[in-house]
Amino acid sequence: MGNETLIEAIRTKLAAAVESVSESLGDQVLTVRPGSLRSAMAALREGPFDYAVLLDLTCVDYAAGEGRFELVYHLYSMSRNTRLRLKVSVPAADPAVDSLNGLWKNADWLEREVFDMFGVRFDGHPYLRRLLTYEGFEGHPLRKSYPWRLAQPRIPMKDKA
Amino acid sequence: MSGLDFLTTRLETALGWGRKFSLFHYPFITACCGMEYMSAACAHFDIDRFGAGLTRFSPRQADLLLVVGTVTHKLAPVLRTVYDQMLEPKWVIAFGACAVSGGIYQNYAVVQGIDRIVPVDVYIPGCPPRPEMVLDGLLKLQDKIQHQKQDWRWGTKP
Repeated sequence: MGNETLIEAIRTKLAAAVESVSESLGDQVLTVRPGSLRSAMAALREGPFDYAVLLDLTCVDYAAGEGRFELVYHLYSMSRNTRLRLKVSVPAADPAVDSLNGLWKNADWLEREVFDMFGVRFDGHPYLRRLLTYEGFEGHPLRKSYPWRLAQPRIPMKDKA
Repeated sequence: MSGLDFLTTRLETALGWGRKFSLFHYPFITACCGMEYMSAACAHFDIDRFGAGLTRFSPRQADLLLVVGTVTHKLAPVLRTVYDQMLEPKWVIAFGACAVSGGIYQNYAVVQGIDRIVPVDVYIPGCPPRPEMVLDGLLKLQDKIQHQKQDWRWGTKP
């Protein structure tokens, strides 16, 4: 299946989920509606698309507007050696999407990291707890609203003059 | 009759001499500076020439704590515990820019210099410092040990 026909097939199959399609740095980028993320992912993972690997999950904080947080999923198909990027905008007030646990095992820690750093909630995650920061850490350090350089020491620190 | 029939010294001086040439070090290695530590410790630069060749992997057997690399707030209690477990007399070397001042990391995660957690005797800056600089720092520490007031607890009341 060629790249154009593949994208056409994805558009046809996921017409309800896909908001727009673009291309960036040689990879196809799908913008997906938050509500249909999990079903779209499940469809992409199987069958003719065969995006069997979840390479990475990251998040971007655009600081303003309704879709403040944008989740970026990277998929990889080993059988066709192609990559696909999916973007999902989540609202600033209650940032949450469906968890991908059950589709990919590594979604567990990737989602925990995004939760830790950005405070995006993943509904259906079995164990959504901080991954990188420690117990007692308040706030989400990679949010633009997190105070610059604010440290949260666990033991008393001597102040330097 | 030739040479030395007798030798006089002060207890302080003798203790300092003994201590500075028998440093057992505990490497607390967290980052890329560890490569330079390995380079300094192994045969090519050979830290053993200065009597600091015996690496101990238990803080209870060590008297020189080498903090090599970035220390984060998550790790800070561990470093403090390791320092507390070491027996007196003990010394600390901050190895590399991150241990000295936090280095290039000024953010929510990194401790801005390990002297906020433990007292530091010698700072070795550099990102990472060359082995020559490490050896120079070690010589500076030996000089400090030789000339500092020696703490000897036996025979004194607590």
